[in-house]
Amino acid sequence: MKVAVLKGGRSLERGVSLRSGARVEDALQRLGHEVQPIDAGGDLVKLLDGQRPDVAFVAMHGLGGEDGTVQELLEILGIPFTGPGVAACGRCMDKVLAKHELRDADVPTPDWFAFNQTAFRELGAADALGKLEERLGFPLVIKPSRGGSALGVKFAASWYEVPEALISAFSYDERVLLERFVEGRELAVGVLGGEPLPVVEAIPGDGDRYDFEARYEIGRTEFVCPAALGEDEAEAVRSAALGAWEALGCSGFSRVDLILGDDGPQVLEVNAIPGLTDTSLLPQAAEAAGMSFEQLVGKILELALEQAPV
Amino acid sequence: MEETPHRRRAHTSTRDLERYAGLFAARTGVMRSSAMRDLMAVTARPEVISLAGGLPDTSTFPAGTFAAQMTRIAQESTAEALQYGPTEGFAETVDCILEVMGAEGMLPDPDDVIVTTGGQQAIDLVCKTVVDPGDVVICEAPTYPGAVPVFCSYQAETIQIDCDTEGMDVAELERVLGRLDEQGRRPKLIYSVPSFQNPAGVTMSLERRRRLVEIARQRELLVVEDNPYGLLRFGGEPLPPLYQLDGGDFVIYIGTFSKILSPGIRLGWAVAPPPVMEKIVLGKQASDLCTSTLTQHFVREYFGEGNWRAYIDSLVEIYRDRRDTMVEALREHFPAQASWTEPEGGLFIWATLPEYIDTGDLLAKALREDVAFVPGQAAFVDESRGRSSMRLNFSGVSDDEIREGVRRIGKAIAEQVELYGALTGEQEAVPEPEPAPAEESAADVLPFRKTGEGSA
Repeated sequence: MKVAVLKGGRSLERGVSLRSGARVEDALQRLGHEVQPIDAGGDLVKLLDGQRPDVAFVAMHGLGGEDGTVQELLEILGIPFTGPGVAACGRCMDKVLAKHELRDADVPTPDWFAFNQTAFRELGAADALGKLEERLGFPLVIKPSRGGSALGVKFAASWYEVPEALISAFSYDERVLLERFVEGRELAVGVLGGEPLPVVEAIPGDGDRYDFEARYEIGRTEFVCPAALGEDEAEAVRSAALGAWEALGCSGFSRVDLILGDDGPQVLEVNAIPGLTDTSLLPQAAEAAGMSFEQLVGKILELALEQAPV
Repeated sequence: MEETPHRRRAHTSTRDLERYAGLFAARTGVMRSSAMRDLMAVTARPEVISLAGGLPDTSTFPAGTFAAQMTRIAQESTAEALQYGPTEGFAETVDCILEVMGAEGMLPDPDDVIVTTGGQQAIDLVCKTVVDPGDVVICEAPTYPGAVPVFCSYQAETIQIDCDTEGMDVAELERVLGRLDEQGRRPKLIYSVPSFQNPAGVTMSLERRRRLVEIARQRELLVVEDNPYGLLRFGGEPLPPLYQLDGGDFVIYIGTFSKILSPGIRLGWAVAPPPVMEKIVLGKQASDLCTSTLTQHFVREYFGEGNWRAYIDSLVEIYRDRRDTMVEALREHFPAQASWTEPEGGLFIWATLPEYIDTGDLLAKALREDVAFVPGQAAFVDESRGRSSMRLNFSGVSDDEIREGVRRIGKAIAEQVELYGALTGEQEAVPEPEPAPAEESAADVLPFRKTGEGSA
């Protein structure tokens, strides 16, 4: 089969995407497919239209590749593609929108408020910040609404740290959310064709929070899969993850990130196209389920063809 | 063109990874990946104006000269130029090095010189020779970003001494040495770039140079003087290198052809007292046997022509204009709360913004505008420092790119300053020229105040 692997692009997660893409290409070759690697740039549509692959493997992360943009182009070109569709990608990428969908579907997610820059610049939203203390309390997590890999995510332990954290988050997006910080275990559930994979727990080293560098450096964060959870806990985590997958309309594969606090699991976000690098969580979870990376890639491809409009 | 097919080895399982992780030496745990690595991956896009590099301008090197020299090498010394060479380097290369050092008033014994693969290898070899895990290494704050991973990989405990407009604060250095004394510890080396420092662009004053050399002599400590830019002076009086002031007993000197000729030839050198040199040579043998003989031949031919000073003079002209362009652009586009250095030579300007701006995050915003710089944290071992500073390169970019690049960064900063005003109710930035700064002795530590503002 002719498989185009879409990777790179202009997003800030370009480096991660190139690593995901390289690994997918290798697996596809081993599976006997004809691989067409494409670093997504200005000639993307022309290349795809010329090469007419049977299916496109989207190994792109961040804006452009994970937010529905590339997916829309693939739909126009009539090329089946891996991972969630346009609408689901759009919902997952925008954390604020995603949290509203989760809340509406009764999927637990930490309390939050969201602001865009205009609110601060033109509507005096700064005066509303004071009221948030009683509503959310401290510490707060402040993050850009769209963005991945923990870029621009800051913790604020008190009001003094809020303006600086907001400026950091606004460096990545026009809209930011202030979210109640939930103390607990950091879990990730990969979902493959609507079925949950074993739960992964990320245990940061040296009391570090799970940050950008730790995510992509071997040995910085310890991962345990399957996570040591009681039966009820594991069931609650899986059910929250599947609830999120359904609420956001995902298909193919995705990864749901959660915190398991005293009040049970809370969904933080859903990654429409999770990383597929050497240190990424979804491949680890697949492996724990007895699935090699090749098998995982093969399955993702199969799902893409199944859901493609005939 | 079709992509050449090549085999890619992928790790097939997490177990493989864990197997390797179990093999890693302890030092890899403290090796730092270059900060903001993934953001920097985006700066390589062709449409990005990069003020992030440390590149000299090699575009004006006469192609005819290059072709003639390489042809002569091929005609006259093919066999030798393609062969291994001595670990210490060719005597003829050392002659060229003596010429370069002589131009700054230094007269080393040729036997004290080793030719290295760039100045970077010289830093590595010196550390390899003297630094054990846990040893103290002292350097400037900020320091050369490329030295940070070297110190880390030898598991040094690095102490950074603040710089001001006169370079490393030597009084602070003495206090630190005193504190270390009390703990019965002494640093293995004190690393400094005294002239047109990378990244700060500042130059150590004569008084401090004298004092630093004196301290090293009294306490019998090694100073490592890294001097890639000494001959790239645009203005002011040349100052004697530490090596000249000391005579080479307690100062190890590191030089390079990278900034006065070409970084692509990977030729640098170290000058050290004989007992230290002996160990450095052994270390180099283990690292790479010898420095490229081909490029050593090139340098020999090039210096034989006798025009190397004229070429440096032409670079100085270009860089002076570019520095002026950048300073002018900074005055026009950076907010009043920003400050920056105005170097008398070298390749870099160090700019410092209000402390609520994190330059790592600012870089993400700047990249959306297709412009890049180096966030200040890269120049510190403690990554929480330097968060509101940035290094800007002016040597490797055209005047137009400098103006446009600084304008775009300035716009991104202005938006953050305005937002901060809206968030805190603090007075919004009004980019009006400040009066010349009053006496500021205590505040004269980095972040620097801008100089010359309002008086020009």
